[in-house]
Amino acid sequence: MATETSTVEKDYEFPAPQKVGREKGSLTRIIQELVFTVDHKKLGLMYIGAGLIFFVVAGLMATMIRAQLFFPNNTFLEPAVFNRFFTMHGTAMVFLVGMPIIFGFANYLVPLMIGARDMAFPRLNAFGFWTFLFSGLLLYFSYLGGPGLYAAGSAPDVGWFAYSPLTSRAFSRGTSTDYWTLSLLMGGIASISTAINLIVTIVSYRCKGMTLGRMPLFVWLYLVVGFLVIIAVPPLTACQIMLMLDRYLGAAFFDTQAGGSAVLWQHFFWIFGHPEVYILILPGFAIASEVIPVFSRKPIFGYPIMVAATVMIAFLSLGVWAHHMFTVGMTSLGNTFFAISTMLIAIPTGIKIFNWLGTMYGGKIRLELPMMFCIGFLFQFLIAGLTGVILAVAPFTWQLSDSYFVVAHFHYVLIGGLLYTVFAGIYYWYPKAFGKMPNKKLGLLHFWLFTIGFHLTFAPQHVSGLLGMPRRIFTYEAGRGWEIWNQLSTIGVLIQIPGILFFVINLLYSYWKGKPAGDDPWDAWTLEWATTSPPADYNFAKLPEVKSRRPLWDLKHPDDPDWKYE
Amino acid sequence: MSTAEITDDWKLPSPRKVGLACLILTESALFTIFVVAYLFYMGKSLNGPFPQDVLEFPWLGSIALFGSSFTVVMGERFLIRGHKKGFLIWWGLTIALGAFFVYFTANEWWHLIFKEGLTINTNVFGTTFFSLVGLHASHVLVGLILLSVVFIAGLRDKIPSHHHEHIEMVSWYWHFVDAIWIVVLTVVYIISVRDP
Repeated sequence: MATETSTVEKDYEFPAPQKVGREKGSLTRIIQELVFTVDHKKLGLMYIGAGLIFFVVAGLMATMIRAQLFFPNNTFLEPAVFNRFFTMHGTAMVFLVGMPIIFGFANYLVPLMIGARDMAFPRLNAFGFWTFLFSGLLLYFSYLGGPGLYAAGSAPDVGWFAYSPLTSRAFSRGTSTDYWTLSLLMGGIASISTAINLIVTIVSYRCKGMTLGRMPLFVWLYLVVGFLVIIAVPPLTACQIMLMLDRYLGAAFFDTQAGGSAVLWQHFFWIFGHPEVYILILPGFAIASEVIPVFSRKPIFGYPIMVAATVMIAFLSLGVWAHHMFTVGMTSLGNTFFAISTMLIAIPTGIKIFNWLGTMYGGKIRLELPMMFCIGFLFQFLIAGLTGVILAVAPFTWQLSDSYFVVAHFHYVLIGGLLYTVFAGIYYWYPKAFGKMPNKKLGLLHFWLFTIGFHLTFAPQHVSGLLGMPRRIFTYEAGRGWEIWNQLSTIGVLIQIPGILFFVINLLYSYWKGKPAGDDPWDAWTLEWATTSPPADYNFAKLPEVKSRRPLWDLKHPDDPDWKYE
Repeated sequence: MSTAEITDDWKLPSPRKVGLACLILTESALFTIFVVAYLFYMGKSLNGPFPQDVLEFPWLGSIALFGSSFTVVMGERFLIRGHKKGFLIWWGLTIALGAFFVYFTANEWWHLIFKEGLTINTNVFGTTFFSLVGLHASHVLVGLILLSVVFIAGLRDKIPSHHHEHIEMVSWYWHFVDAIWIVVLTVVYIISVRDP
């Protein structure tokens, strides 16, 4: 017997949840439950919810940036305000949107997929969430508290990678940079604690029979993400400690006049910064690796190769950081090394794309919402990967570093790659989390508006970048040939916004009015679909046992189970 | 993979051990950056004092810290054997040795700051020295707090046998702090003094 759900036999009796104070359903009671909870599912949803709220805020900042760049010599935003907006947009999108959303998916799904009742350390999990949330609030509080003693500065305006010497006392007066520093320090602690929790859960809490070779790919990829986080985030923490020492105790880490080195900041930051890109995109791969097989009605193609490619990406990603620094003036040897190591990453990434295509090939493809977003992801991530290989060529980057070409490249990675799979994941697991089906019509409107808007926004930026437009300029002169590309870009944003609006409406509408989903609406194969929707507090009445990679397939097809072939 | 039968002895690694191993890995990454910064700035100070002028090899402190790794293992053994007195003696000795190390470092810093005039903003040697040694010392302090909590629990007879693994984790952390000191000692007190 592979898996058994809701049978009479239970492992032990679960105590009824304590009734504390207020009536159920009242606002105070709901807040109380959210604050006190250590349940991985609630925390997961809170992570994703908080991430989506920060996403809207940071997205509005991007909208303002695009509005400013609509005309040459526009005066919609002051230069100082513009600098704060792109800094807050970048910082928030990476640390307050990307990180919580990927950890939200991990929190919600990993224990369910490995047949566990919760994360390994539930209280550490709650600690991670609240530390993250307050790190975000701290960052945004800079708008109110930023003027500081010198009444200089409000929100941070040093860019999301805060190159030295911009952050020194001389050039960054007041406390705005300190908000950035402390917020990232806190966020780093939150990420590390959640990542350790994730690794321990995966290593030590798998249900009976779930060997490493039978874990869903989603879980495998998150295991790798966990290790990347605990190796790559400490350098960021070290950076922030050094920066604080520089700013408040007069240390000279990045102070070139006192013998320090501004380039060292770049090295240390990107030792964190590049693996961070893979920390963000591997969860996207994880979601695609679950959605594509289910909607192609075939098991994933090349499971062991997918695992190997993931580990190889993670390994290589630790040795490519200086491709962000080709224009700094490294030795030829340094340039060559980092160019080659960067290009090497295209190999495992290419393997993955071919394996997803191999999964779809000959499958009975069902074009449901999650699958559509995954197909969009495949196309867009391919473009992102191709511009990535182009940018790995050092002499090419000498021309295009810090241009809009780079902006276009990483927005294709993070929106076309990560955000599309996040949408796919939300539509795919929405029925599990809330027991209701997302509305397909609203979802299609979201998909098409957002896809058209996304390409219209970012494809022209390749061109304006090639035409020499630098990133982070608050305005530009007329007659350089940049106007039309910037205008197309801004119009694209106006199409993306209703797309996001339909997404939000869909989430709310389906919660109240959606069709009941049942336990397994997509006819899927992993363990989270074996329990009820939404799952009970304890996830599984009886902990499951598995014999293959697709335990639910075994259960549904006892005549032809997978474990006969694996 | 064959059709491996599910057996009753489905055993996975202890979550505490995996968790602490991850913590050690992530802390090592943090220390690596500070060690790299120290090595990178070696010999790049624009003005003195330089390491070869002011640093003395910390014999006593190092012997105390390395010795405490031995005493903590002895304490653990007595605990597992159920020998309470032996446990308390060895564990107390560990705390004393760790505290001596902190005292020794404080003394060294006092000497450097007030006699030699080396502070964190004197030069890049001061910057990297105080941040690296200070980061290590702060870990020793955290270790001492953990050891003391265990010691107090031991005095009050509050260590049931199913908590022995918790105690083992404290000693793992203590060994890690010790191992980091080997790196710091080599880099700061040997390499940078011999080969400035």
